[in-house]
Amino acid sequence: MGDILVITEHLKGEFQDITFEMLGKAKELAGASGGQCIAVTFGNMNGKAGELGMAHSVVSVGGSDDFNPESYAAAVQSVVSAKSPSLVMVGSTSMGMDIANSVATALDITTVSYCADMSSSDGGFSVTSSMYGGKMNVVTDVSGSAVAMVLAGAFNADAGKSAGSPTVEDFAAETGAGKVRFKQLIEPEAADVDITQSDILVAVGRGIGSKDDIELAEELADILDADLACSRPLVDAGWMSKAHQVGKSGMKVKPKVYIALGISGAPEHIEGMKSSSTIIAINSDKNAPIFDVAHYGMAEDLFDVVEELVEELED
Amino acid sequence: MKIAVLLKKVPDLVEDLEVDASGKELDTDDIKFKLNEYDDHALEEAILLKESGAVDEVVAMAVDGEDVDKMLFTAIAKGADKAVKLTDGNPADSHQLGKAFSNVLESANYDLVFTGVQSVDDRDGQLGPILASYLHVPCVSVVSGVALSGETAVVHKEYSGGMMAEFEVDMPAVLGIQAAKQAPRYAPVSKIRQVQETASIMEASMGDVGSANGSAVASMAPPTKGSGAEMLDDIDDLIDVLKDKGAI
Repeated sequence: MGDILVITEHLKGEFQDITFEMLGKAKELAGASGGQCIAVTFGNMNGKAGELGMAHSVVSVGGSDDFNPESYAAAVQSVVSAKSPSLVMVGSTSMGMDIANSVATALDITTVSYCADMSSSDGGFSVTSSMYGGKMNVVTDVSGSAVAMVLAGAFNADAGKSAGSPTVEDFAAETGAGKVRFKQLIEPEAADVDITQSDILVAVGRGIGSKDDIELAEELADILDADLACSRPLVDAGWMSKAHQVGKSGMKVKPKVYIALGISGAPEHIEGMKSSSTIIAINSDKNAPIFDVAHYGMAEDLFDVVEELVEELED
Repeated sequence: MKIAVLLKKVPDLVEDLEVDASGKELDTDDIKFKLNEYDDHALEEAILLKESGAVDEVVAMAVDGEDVDKMLFTAIAKGADKAVKLTDGNPADSHQLGKAFSNVLESANYDLVFTGVQSVDDRDGQLGPILASYLHVPCVSVVSGVALSGETAVVHKEYSGGMMAEFEVDMPAVLGIQAAKQAPRYAPVSKIRQVQETASIMEASMGDVGSANGSAVASMAPPTKGSGAEMLDDIDDLIDVLKDKGAI
């Protein structure tokens, strides 16, 4: 059984949580399969290699600190070619998506995306992918070499945080053809609300149906002294501003109470709100994945519930 | 300046999904398929670029199949100039799909290829970077916002927390579109009917799509309900929970 490569992610000089989430799991899998856990870092992160104590060693490919889809993928491809790992763990993230598929396709390696769970199995790995917006779990057996795209939040970051002094190998990696050039980071626009600081969030999803009906959720939020949040489709539809978006490309929130109205619970959304202290989900689809992470649920029409709730609370 | 937009149908998640008799595949007999929502954004972004004058031609492409003609006529009704359907094959995964599109695109002169950033069924990876790898052109995924300047595209790639990165990309290139600058438009049924009568869909053979990506599915099942949510019976119970948790 070969080694496990963990492709780290950093932004503004800090390793991102996905790095530690993967490291913890990689260490566990490597322990079971007899391989080693090797972290791959980019740019000038050698000074922080001590944070990657879970790794047996660190392969530092250098290059720019700023992520670049082309050069980072080229670097990973040369490391994978040199190390022949049995498993490469990459985040199912904005950065990971460019790296994983490019490397795996170029090297003709099996790719498994949306990994929510992984275990070592006879001579390989068993991977559970959360598919169809979280409505189906697909278990895949992989053997030989594989690239696993790991969903953010699937594994515990704390389990992968351990100080140590892994050996650091400076690796002369490929850098790509220079066809993609990083220009700048763009910070989110200043907004009138910071939902990461809210105690109570009333979050609306596609189930709300129309822009006008968001008013009803606003009424409830007013009564509860809560802020309004939403899932991605409402931002894409132009119904709410990006500052309200919870999930993968939006905000990570952990309010005391998160009330999800008409949100089905795709992995991209769950990633942003699963740490809320109490989650209450109202959705007419009793099979909606949101009910798996919610603490309390009502499988009823959200309009019926919210209208009645607003009436009761106004009295 | 020419953009190809790749369209694909995926199961509508509003439906109840069930596993077929093999225990490994989705039972597709009774479910509805719809255009992958990210592909819809890819199409919108391409049409917006055309309307801005930066692009001369938008070509919608899809693999032949049920209701694909209607999907392509709808794309024309929305503003695509042409539609091409890929025939003579049935790609089984993102890799074979990528091969099919690369076979057709490699000899055609496209400046940009837009795909939706992901789809709910792309278990073997996302089409954009896979296709780019076959075509040996650069790819940026999770893009919202494309501007064109000479031989390069300037794109915004989304990170988490509302952060974005700006990249300059030499064309030709593949872009995995997360969101268009505005919500995808609707085409009125009357317009689609009119297009069906006046426009035609071109056909291109997809050629050899190679082998599938190789991972073996052991099982497919809805997530096992863990402890799950405690289901509340009525508003009074809900109010009790809200009080108990300090929301009221």
